[in-house]
Amino acid sequence: MTYFPEEVVEHIFDFLSSHRDRNIVSTVCKAWYRVERLSRRSVFVGNCYAVRPGRVMARFPGTKCLSVKGKPHFADFNLVPHDWGGFALPWIEAAARGCPGLEELRLKRMVVSDESLELLARSFPNFKALVLVSCEGFSTDGLAAIATHCRGLRELDLQENEVEDHGRQWLSCFPDSCTSLESLNFACLKGEVNAGALERLVARCVNLRSLKLNRAISVESLARILVRTPHLVELGTGSFTVEHRAEAYQRLIHAFRKCKSLKSLSGFWDVAPRCLQSIYSICPNLTVLNLSYAPAIQGADLVKLIRHCFKLQKLWVLDCIGDKGLAVVASTCKELQELRVFPSDIYGTGTAAVTEEGLVAISSGCSKLNSLLYFCHQMTNAALITVAKNCPHFTRFRLCILDPGKPDPDTNQPLDEGFGAIVRSCNDLRRLSLSGLLTDTVFLYIGEYAARLEMLSIAFAGDSDKGMVYVLNGCKNLRKLEIRDSPFGDAALLENVGKYETMRSLWMSSCDVTLGGCKALAAKMPRLNVEVINDRVESDEMEENPSDMHKVEKMYVYRTLAGARNDAPEFVDIL
Amino acid sequence: MEEAFTRGEGRPRLLDLISNGRDWRSYAAAEEKKLELRLGLPGGEDWSAGQEKREHPIESALSLGHISKVPKSTNVNASSGTKRRFLVHVEPKTEAFQQQQQQQLQQEQLGFLQLQAKGKESLQQTSGSAEQQSLEGKGCGPHPPHASSTKNAAVAHTASQSRVAATPVVGWPPVRSFRMNLAGTAKASAESNNGSSAAAKKIENDKKSLFVKINMDGIPIGRKVDLKAFDSYDKLSLAVDELFRGLMAAQADPLAASTQKNSEEKHVLTGLMDGSGEYTLVYEDDEGDRMLVGDVPWDMFVSMAKRLRVLKSSDVSASSLRAVGRKRTSNS
Repeated sequence: MTYFPEEVVEHIFDFLSSHRDRNIVSTVCKAWYRVERLSRRSVFVGNCYAVRPGRVMARFPGTKCLSVKGKPHFADFNLVPHDWGGFALPWIEAAARGCPGLEELRLKRMVVSDESLELLARSFPNFKALVLVSCEGFSTDGLAAIATHCRGLRELDLQENEVEDHGRQWLSCFPDSCTSLESLNFACLKGEVNAGALERLVARCVNLRSLKLNRAISVESLARILVRTPHLVELGTGSFTVEHRAEAYQRLIHAFRKCKSLKSLSGFWDVAPRCLQSIYSICPNLTVLNLSYAPAIQGADLVKLIRHCFKLQKLWVLDCIGDKGLAVVASTCKELQELRVFPSDIYGTGTAAVTEEGLVAISSGCSKLNSLLYFCHQMTNAALITVAKNCPHFTRFRLCILDPGKPDPDTNQPLDEGFGAIVRSCNDLRRLSLSGLLTDTVFLYIGEYAARLEMLSIAFAGDSDKGMVYVLNGCKNLRKLEIRDSPFGDAALLENVGKYETMRSLWMSSCDVTLGGCKALAAKMPRLNVEVINDRVESDEMEENPSDMHKVEKMYVYRTLAGARNDAPEFVDIL
Repeated sequence: MEEAFTRGEGRPRLLDLISNGRDWRSYAAAEEKKLELRLGLPGGEDWSAGQEKREHPIESALSLGHISKVPKSTNVNASSGTKRRFLVHVEPKTEAFQQQQQQQLQQEQLGFLQLQAKGKESLQQTSGSAEQQSLEGKGCGPHPPHASSTKNAAVAHTASQSRVAATPVVGWPPVRSFRMNLAGTAKASAESNNGSSAAAKKIENDKKSLFVKINMDGIPIGRKVDLKAFDSYDKLSLAVDELFRGLMAAQADPLAASTQKNSEEKHVLTGLMDGSGEYTLVYEDDEGDRMLVGDVPWDMFVSMAKRLRVLKSSDVSASSLRAVGRKRTSNS
């Protein structure tokens, strides 16, 4: 091979943006492996138990940006017991020892203690950005440590975490010398912060572009803040509770008019519909709008608002928008790429808020739509077929019919054909969630057509092992498979054991897999961790030594280089 | 089995009913109350006992006809029988039948659809599984909603026809917890915005559930309880006691975990609210303050409580009095 100086190779590698590409070049030869690993700046670990933290730091000593994910996705819905694992501390400790130049840390679904935040705050002099998504285990004390010690912090982004409020004035811990903040998101915090300290902080951080306040922030405070941050691009309002006649409301309208750069809005927890008028002036510029925390806004008011938002690309709403409201979205928001419609009446017997009609309307109006999360009370095959035809660009398609196993109400048929049309039409589909009445046939379609599918979520679906086997044998890019309450058993589990080493993980709960099946899998595939999770709630029925025919309630399988983890709680058996 | 269903007379009446949608439905509705959801493994005593309870002769006929087949088709350890299992329908997909499925699914009386234990019986349709017919004839669509905890099972078990909403399945629908509670406030807020606060209060009370976290000192695993499931402090206290008793015993003596049913109630959590017990129940309100449970009327408590904790009584006085003192005008 022609000799290239390492600097040249490294320079060429700089153009490789994706992790996958860098992973591939590192396997070409020893020289490239060496160049690549020393020049890698951004490392992504999709499963924190797939590799030891120390190993990562040893291989990539120049890491500046580290992302780690912990618990499986179904943990979001309380299917993973509380202290299953996913601790951040070992990662922070290893980084502190091996990569002191770390600048950014992104953690998702991990348990982050105050102790680890304190260690983080003290260990990395160049630390710039902390992003925590769906994490738990820390309190405002940990945040205080970050605010106090991270000089030059640019980003503190807390998304949907469970944070204990210890009442410390963590926000006031940002020193007066801190002027570097560009992004601050504490929307998920329940407690109050010192409003004065906040206002002073945002005033001196002249580069602040993204600010997401929590529910405790009053409208008066919001108005004062906006006056000082006219260049804001993303805003999460506080509770937005205000009387429309109040002076504070007038000041708010005035402040909004000054914010010419605002493109993204969220929050609105307690907004009265009338007060939405205050943002009409901003709506024409909005590309992102999240009204999914605002149950008080009913369809008609939503519609009035949305008529102004013709540049919208991303919209999150509650299903009180109704089918008619979605029709308005379809006719107004021609640039729409992502839509999420959340349920507002989960246990109710109430009127169906959105149905297949709303989705069909959206699909005919918004041809650029590529990402969907849709909770509805019913869906038909005909509608799905129409949607598939109208929107062939879906990369993420998640449909949740609230009543599990519900068939097409017009024909009483399963929804196999509808979902089949989606996978046939959308060649770029990477993520799919199924619901409704489904037989093995839908999995036949998925295995055959969903060539780019990476993540599949299955619930209350299928008739037999064949369904799961179709998927395992068919979807060659499958990385994550999560299944609950479906009749797949040992035969399916053991049909293609090699497949699991090509995937990140497999989750199965309330299926027909037995302990014996899990043991067999573990025996055949030593580089997989097969975790059997015993739900404590059923401890009265748990036997001392369950037989191999005992059905496993929850099973989590993942490939790993690290062997069995040593931090598993006693209700987890690693086979 | 398809043939069996469609053949003519001489079949037990139950099978005839399957092809006649209307009758099936009314039959099912009438029988619902009597339906004993507890189905042990066929061939075992449970099954016969369950059968005898039913007055309807058809069931016996059906069970007698199939009882011999079932043991072969299950792959469960029949002798232990620790889990209740149900043979879920593998139905011949006739039109009429699907209609009944549809009707059943639409019925709001999901009580009798909730034939759950943990996990369904195997639906393994290996070839020739036509013999795997539903023994408990009614009510199971191919994909019934499952409550995946025995607690939910118990709730549905005793569900009467007055229960109108779907029994919640754990982790379904797949939304984050904070959205679950948000959902309940939708109607309440809408009403109060219309100026009708009485209606808002009523709707607030009609909320179907309100899950709050509950943690206990010394136990790393927290739980969630649905405050709407209780209507008084006594019931809440009882539920908390039951919830944690097992966990505490398991922690104290892991080997004893499986013998919970003994009456050795060393760890009964009594006196949770009057300070007389070893543990005390406190709650955190929406301002994050900790308060003793039991001071305010039950409805007010439900609207205020955001989180519950079971603390050692000795800890309560030290840490919480400050918060309590701010809120209350008189000493306890």
